[in-house]
Amino acid sequence: MDAIMLQEKLVERLLCPRVRTARRKEKQYVGFATLPNQVHRKSVKKGFDFTLMVAGESGMGKSTLVNSLFLTDLYKDRKLLNSEERINQTVEIIKHTVDIEEKGVKLKLTIVDTPGFGDAVNNNECWKPITDYIDQQFEQYFRDESGLNRKNIQDNRVHCCLYFIPPFGHGLRPVDVEFMKALHEKVNVVPLIAKADCLTPNEIKKLKDRVREEIERFGIKVYQFPECDSDEDEEFKQLDKELKECCPLAVIGSNTVVETRGQRVRGRLYPWGIVEVENQSHCDFVKLRNMLIRSHMHDLKDVTCDVHYENYRAQCIQDMTSKLTQDNRMESPIPILPLSTPDVETDRLIKMKDEELARMQEMLNKMQQQIHDGKDQ
Amino acid sequence: MNKRSGLGKSTLMNTLFKSKVSRKSVQATSQEKIPKTIDIKSVSHDIEEKGVRMKLTVIDTPGFGDQINNENCWQPIMKFINAQYEQYLQEEININRKKRIPDSRVHCCIYFIPPTGHCLRPLDVEFMRRLSKVVNIVPVIAKADTLTLEERDFFKQKIREELQANGIDVYPQKEFDDDAEDRMINDKIREMIPFAVVGSDQEYQVNGRRLLGRKTKWGTIEVENIAHCEFAYLRDLLIRTHMENIKDITSSIHYEVYRVRRLNENNTAVAHANGLPQHHMTSHEM
Repeated sequence: MDAIMLQEKLVERLLCPRVRTARRKEKQYVGFATLPNQVHRKSVKKGFDFTLMVAGESGMGKSTLVNSLFLTDLYKDRKLLNSEERINQTVEIIKHTVDIEEKGVKLKLTIVDTPGFGDAVNNNECWKPITDYIDQQFEQYFRDESGLNRKNIQDNRVHCCLYFIPPFGHGLRPVDVEFMKALHEKVNVVPLIAKADCLTPNEIKKLKDRVREEIERFGIKVYQFPECDSDEDEEFKQLDKELKECCPLAVIGSNTVVETRGQRVRGRLYPWGIVEVENQSHCDFVKLRNMLIRSHMHDLKDVTCDVHYENYRAQCIQDMTSKLTQDNRMESPIPILPLSTPDVETDRLIKMKDEELARMQEMLNKMQQQIHDGKDQ
Repeated sequence: MNKRSGLGKSTLMNTLFKSKVSRKSVQATSQEKIPKTIDIKSVSHDIEEKGVRMKLTVIDTPGFGDQINNENCWQPIMKFINAQYEQYLQEEININRKKRIPDSRVHCCIYFIPPTGHCLRPLDVEFMRRLSKVVNIVPVIAKADTLTLEERDFFKQKIREELQANGIDVYPQKEFDDDAEDRMINDKIREMIPFAVVGSDQEYQVNGRRLLGRKTKWGTIEVENIAHCEFAYLRDLLIRTHMENIKDITSSIHYEVYRVRRLNENNTAVAHANGLPQHHMTSHEM
C-alpha cells in the first residue's frame, strides 16, 4: 500500500494542475501525460550543450556579438595580431567553452572561432580548414557512435555557423558566396549583416534585399526556419513571419553599458546618439538572440543531427562500401561493421564455389547450344 | 580612389566637390556588380567657384580587393599611373611639344580603409607600400560612423604605427616639407591622419539648418561637423590648403623620379647597343 501511495505522490508532483483537473473528469486515466515533465526533469539534470561557430573577416564584431548574446566575456585574454603578423597568418580554429546557468538550467556552450578567415591577400580555399574541422567532428561522432562503449559520447558537432557579411559592400562578395556554398550542406549557416550601425534603415533594407536575392541566385541553402505548427497562437505565427522576412539579420553588438533615457543598457555611444543593442528599431539583435537561443536552438541541433550528420554518415558509408567492392579486402577505420574480415579459409571456399559456379554456367551454355543446334536441324 | 566596392568612394567624391562628380550619379547602385577584373574608370568634370575654374578628374577603381585571390591587384593601378607619367614624358621630350602639356597625371590617391577597428589588413599594407612610391597617398577611414570616438582614436594610432613600421610614406611626406613653418603645419596633419570620414549627398534639417548628413534611428550624423567626423579636415587638406602642394609634389618629385628612371633605361639601351658600360640603377617595384 505504501509503495502505491508513494507512486501516487510522485504522479501528483509530476502532474501540472491543468492535467490534474482533467483527470478528475476522465474515468480512464493511465498517467503518461506526465512524460513531457519527466523528460524535462531529466534534461535539466543532464544539462544541454550547444556548439556555435562564428566566421567572417576580422573586425566584423564577431567576438563582441558573442559576448552580447551570451552576456559573458569569452575573449578576455585575446591578443589581436598586427598587420605584419597577419601577413603570414593561416586560418585557425579556436574553441572557447563556457558553462553557463540560468534558472537551474545548465548550458555547456562552445564557441568555435575562425581567426584568419578572409584576411589574407590571397584567400583561395581559406574555408578549407573550417570544412575540415566540421568533417572531423562528424567523423569523431561517427566513430563514437559505432564504438562499443557508447555511454558518454561527447557531441562536438557544430550546430550552427553564424556568417558575418560586411555591411560595406553592395551585397555578397565572391568569398562570401564560396564560403557559404562550401558549408551549406555540412552545417546550419545563418548569414548576418555585421556592424549594422553604419547603415541607415533604407540602406539596410536594400542590402538585405540584395543579399536575399543573391543567396537564391547562387543556390545557397541557408538555415530555414521551420514552419509554424498550425495550432500555434497568432502572436507566435506573426513573430515567426517577421523573423523570416528579416533575414539576413542586421546585428550590432556591444561590450559596454551606456546610460540612456534613465536606463543602463548595452550600447554604443556616438557623438550623434546612442545605439542600443537590444532596441528592436535599432537592429535585429533581439531577433537573433530569440531565434538562436530561445526558440530555435533545439531545431538547430535537430537539423544538424538529422540532416547534416546523416548526410555525412551516408556519404561515408557509401564511400567505404564502394571501396570495398573495388578491392576485395576490407580496410576500414571503423571497428564494427556488418561485414567481417574474410579469413584465408573462407577465401578459399569462396574461390571454390566461384569456380564451381563458372563450370556449371559453362555446362548450361553447352546444353543450350546443343538444344539450339538440335532445333535447327 | 581605391577600395573595395561599397566603402562610400562615390558618395565621398560627391560630398567633397558638392556636385555629382562621380559615377554614382550615372548608374543606379543596385546594378553594381563586382567586376571580374579591376576596372580603371576615369571621369572628368569642369567645375567653377567664384570665377576659378577647375578641371577635376576622378579615377575610380571598382573591383579592387574584391576577389578571393587579390594577389597583384595593385598592378593595373600602378600601370595606369605610370602610363600617365609616360604620356606626359613623351609629350615633354617631343621636339614640337605643346605649350601647355595636357596633364593627366594622378596627383593624389585616396585610399579607403574599412573601419574594422583593429589594424591594417595585409592587402592595405601591400598596396600602400607599393603605391606610396609613385603617387601621393591619402589614406582615409571609410564609413567611420561605425566607430565610437575611442575606437577611432585607437584605430588611427594603430594605423599610424603600422604605416611607420612598414616604411609607408603617406601624404604629407616628412621629407618634402619645405621649411619649419611647413613642417609645423604638416606635423599637425600627420598626427591626425588617417582622417575618419563619413560622406553623404543627402541633406537633412538639423536645428533649423539644412546640413549634409546621414539619418539613423538613433541620431543624425552631420558630415561637416568636426565633432562627428573628420570630413571637413579632409576637404580642407585636399582642396582648400594643400591642393597646389599636392600637384607640386607630383610634378617635381614623383614625376621626376619616373623621368630619371625612364631616361636611364634609355641610356642603358643605347649603351647596350654601343657596347658601353651602363649605370646600375634601382628599379621600382611593379
